[in-house]
Amino acid sequence: MFEWVETIFSSLPQGVQTMTFIIMKIVAITLPLMLCVAYLTYAERKVISYMQVRLGPNRVGPKGWLQPIADAVKLMFKEIIIPTGSNKYLFLISPVLAIAPALAAWAVIPFDDGMALADVNAGLLYVLAVMSVGVYGVIIAGWSSNSKYALLGAMRSAAQIVSYEIAMGFALVGVLLAAGSLNLGDIVRAQSGSVVHWFWLPLFPLFIIYFIAGLAETNRAPFDVSEGESEIVAGFHVEYSGMAFAVFFLAEYANMILISALASIMFLGGWLSPLQGILPESVLAVPVLGDVLGSGIHWLLLKTAFILFFFLWMRATFPRYRYDQIMRLGWKVFIPITIVWLLVVGLLVLAEVGPWWNAV
Amino acid sequence: MNFETPNIIPAIPEITLLSLACLILVVDLFVKQENRIITYLLSQASLLIVFLLTLFTFTTETQFTFSNTFVRDSMSDVLKLGVYISVFIVFLYAKDYLRQRDMFKGEFYVLGLFGVLGMMILISAHNLLTIYLGLELLSLSMYAMVAMQRNSKAGSEAAMKYFVLGAIASGMLLYGMSMIYGVTGSLDLAEISQKVAEVSDQKLTIFGMVFLIVGIAFKLGAVPFHMWVPDVYHGAPTSVTLYIASAPKIAAFAMLMRLLVDGLSSLQPHWQDILIILAIASMGIGNIVAIAQGNLKRMLAYSAISHVGFLLLGVLTGQQAGYAASMFYVLSYVLMSLGSFGMIVLLSRKGFEADNLADYKGLNERSPWAAFMMLIFMLSMAGVPPFLGFWAKFAVLKEVVAADSLLWLAVVAVIFSIIGAFYYLRMIKLMYFDKPEDTQAITADLDLKVALSTNSLMVLGLGLLPGGLMALCIAAIAH
Amino acid sequence: MGIEQFIFYFFALVMVASATMVITVRNPVQAALFLVLTFFSCAIIWMVLEAEFLAIVLVLVYVGAVMVLFLFVVMMLDINIDRMREGFIRYLPFGVLVGLLMAGMLISVVGSVNFGLDKFAEPARHAADYNNTRELGLVLYTKYVYPFEIAAVILLVAIVAAIALTLRRRPTTKYQKPEEQIAVKRDDRIRLVSMNSEKKK
Repeated sequence: MFEWVETIFSSLPQGVQTMTFIIMKIVAITLPLMLCVAYLTYAERKVISYMQVRLGPNRVGPKGWLQPIADAVKLMFKEIIIPTGSNKYLFLISPVLAIAPALAAWAVIPFDDGMALADVNAGLLYVLAVMSVGVYGVIIAGWSSNSKYALLGAMRSAAQIVSYEIAMGFALVGVLLAAGSLNLGDIVRAQSGSVVHWFWLPLFPLFIIYFIAGLAETNRAPFDVSEGESEIVAGFHVEYSGMAFAVFFLAEYANMILISALASIMFLGGWLSPLQGILPESVLAVPVLGDVLGSGIHWLLLKTAFILFFFLWMRATFPRYRYDQIMRLGWKVFIPITIVWLLVVGLLVLAEVGPWWNAV
Repeated sequence: MNFETPNIIPAIPEITLLSLACLILVVDLFVKQENRIITYLLSQASLLIVFLLTLFTFTTETQFTFSNTFVRDSMSDVLKLGVYISVFIVFLYAKDYLRQRDMFKGEFYVLGLFGVLGMMILISAHNLLTIYLGLELLSLSMYAMVAMQRNSKAGSEAAMKYFVLGAIASGMLLYGMSMIYGVTGSLDLAEISQKVAEVSDQKLTIFGMVFLIVGIAFKLGAVPFHMWVPDVYHGAPTSVTLYIASAPKIAAFAMLMRLLVDGLSSLQPHWQDILIILAIASMGIGNIVAIAQGNLKRMLAYSAISHVGFLLLGVLTGQQAGYAASMFYVLSYVLMSLGSFGMIVLLSRKGFEADNLADYKGLNERSPWAAFMMLIFMLSMAGVPPFLGFWAKFAVLKEVVAADSLLWLAVVAVIFSIIGAFYYLRMIKLMYFDKPEDTQAITADLDLKVALSTNSLMVLGLGLLPGGLMALCIAAIAH
Repeated sequence: MGIEQFIFYFFALVMVASATMVITVRNPVQAALFLVLTFFSCAIIWMVLEAEFLAIVLVLVYVGAVMVLFLFVVMMLDINIDRMREGFIRYLPFGVLVGLLMAGMLISVVGSVNFGLDKFAEPARHAADYNNTRELGLVLYTKYVYPFEIAAVILLVAIVAAIALTLRRRPTTKYQKPEEQIAVKRDDRIRLVSMNSEKKK
């Protein structure tokens, strides 16, 4: 049925074929991701409303399932207002700058053993670098809006993200030390064995700090001072409307998913099954059951969803931090803890403490 | 790759100083302001410790370690000892000055010690990387020290100028290094020296060398890269000027020796020409412009520029004896410079800077001993026998005359030094033949007075018996 | 032209163009953003040189941290461009002369005449399993351990200097002391007073 497609495809030059493959892979990652983002907003509203003993969205479609679609359609048809005195190009380019890194980082995420768009050596470093670029969207949006509130939000956000990046970077150095590699696939493979082999246990303080720094990096509650609706209206995106605003929104949620996916890869064993080492080999050989219980992409997705739930839970639970408290927490608490724990991890690796670093 | 643990024994003084400086940094946090003297004493103690360490492990053979990035030879040991002594004196002189101006803080000493570490690294560098890093460590400490007096506009301006120009000079130096690396494919000075000698077309190496010399000339403060010197000497607190005007000159001399003599010896005819121009311009502009200065710190800054010109004279001969003469020159200059800036500290008091020439009028009537000490420093700087400065100039000029076809240069140097004598003698006239304007009594602590007297007597004593120091320099260079 | 040459020339062009924009553009924020673009192009050129670690670290450190702080400061400044441009025309001829002289000299020296493939052989390409990070780490902690340690000391001095120059205690500022806030006991804040209830008259 698709033979004619194949014939056309194989007649193309080698370079074009590779390009097409890569683009197809990118689409295969991005489209589901966007869908996840849409339904993450739905999940967020539902989870928080249940925590607050409300019903949440329940009018559009059965149980409100179509709510995200309705929201998207609404935003798409809204006018994008460009404020007077704003820097037009920068104003329009900043949403793109916000979302591009959030998507680009997915290039190195391994979904399953060997299943990554780009299996690069310095994957961890790449992720860190790309995420650090995300802050430009916020800063430029704040500055180009020609609005006091937006600028204040951008300032807060810039300082906050740069500060927490250090703690996050140190937490990742711990992972790199433990796994002995910057390649995300190798990091997951280094955790294989059982749930106890996963790095959340030996790197527990780093795991917690990574998660909290992730909250701060994505400007999520309780670190959402850059939006801070009760103080500075809506912070850096106060002047944005329509799709321009929606792109910021997408970027924030895409970043959340990215941080969660990374956390599951680095601390919760990525695609590895939690039943590994418990189930006998014979169970894994059973056709369908073995696939479900054995390692695979579904475990990565489940773990990501699990951590995403924590993101939402945090938002429902904690009041917003004050700005100076955020700085204090980042610089005076997290960075010292990570440095001390790096030392501990270094010593553990050196002493070949099991079950993580048994001498081979 | 097999990793051999490097032999750290030759670098023990550096390692010790680093550990002690870090220790002081931590201890200082827990010391109350009224007990800040503890930081001072600890800093002096650490200088003493590394002095003794270097002295007792003094080496007459050349030792390499850390994959040849570090070298220790007699020259490095002598220069390091000079650095310790001069910084020790700086800390001693600066103590009361800092106290009177609410600048008696641990950072001054910690940064000073890190600066010493930078100088030691620079002196012992045997690799372009270590030269650059040592230089940056030294410069960074000095930029911060100059800016330390935050409420002083002149200080901030000086720091800014120093920082910006210093960054440009570092950039030039790096550019030159990258050219040299591009040609030779090595960062190691010995390898560079060997490869440069083999290169047939010297265009590239000379191009890189010019940039290197720009970087060195900036650090030395040679004309035309001298713009920062007067402003920084003037704008910085005198305690910091003391520091900048003394020990870093020794380090800059070491850098000159390492880069040009150790690294690019085969290009000697080429760098000789450039150094001749730098030397003449420095001696000329330094001495002539100094005459027009009404501020003693500025005058001494221009005098420093002219002394750098003399210092270059010895090196540009390209002879062992010339290097030794320059080394003798830099050590004696540091001693004189410490003394003359020390005099400013001695005569200053709370809320008053004795840095105008007019403040020295009739000093003889107020304090004959102070006036006499100043007399010694000024005459020594002018190069009048029998003081130390005379022998320094004499040694350098002797080598220039001994070199082929450089007699004219010696004549030029003598003429400029005679011009220079004018402003030193004017100072003496002010002190001895004018009526005093300022009649306040000179208040200074005993340790400062004793140290300054020792300093001046050393200038006199070494002038009477210069043989020992000279022999030391010759021996250090020869090994 | 192979894809590598294309990438090199394209990003070299972008780099030079954006570097020019950094110094000619009127708005300081835009200048800073062009500098970011310059760093990016530079990182990509390093990537072509198979120096992936350096390329990514350039983005991470310079783009992700240094320039963000830079923008942070620049945005808060109210720079009067016109005043800074005074005297620009006056020094322009001299500046152009020096610039052209430098450029001419550099081109004559650094160009392919001296550094062409006939003078220096093309560096060998690395195998597919070449790991730039690993290789750098190996030399950094063995051969260059001494410069590496000095660099660490320089960073320490930079921290000390920055803190010494900026930390000032203003007695008028009201500081929060979280440790005191946490240590507060009930008795420090509340005083229970027993009063007789008022009698109705």
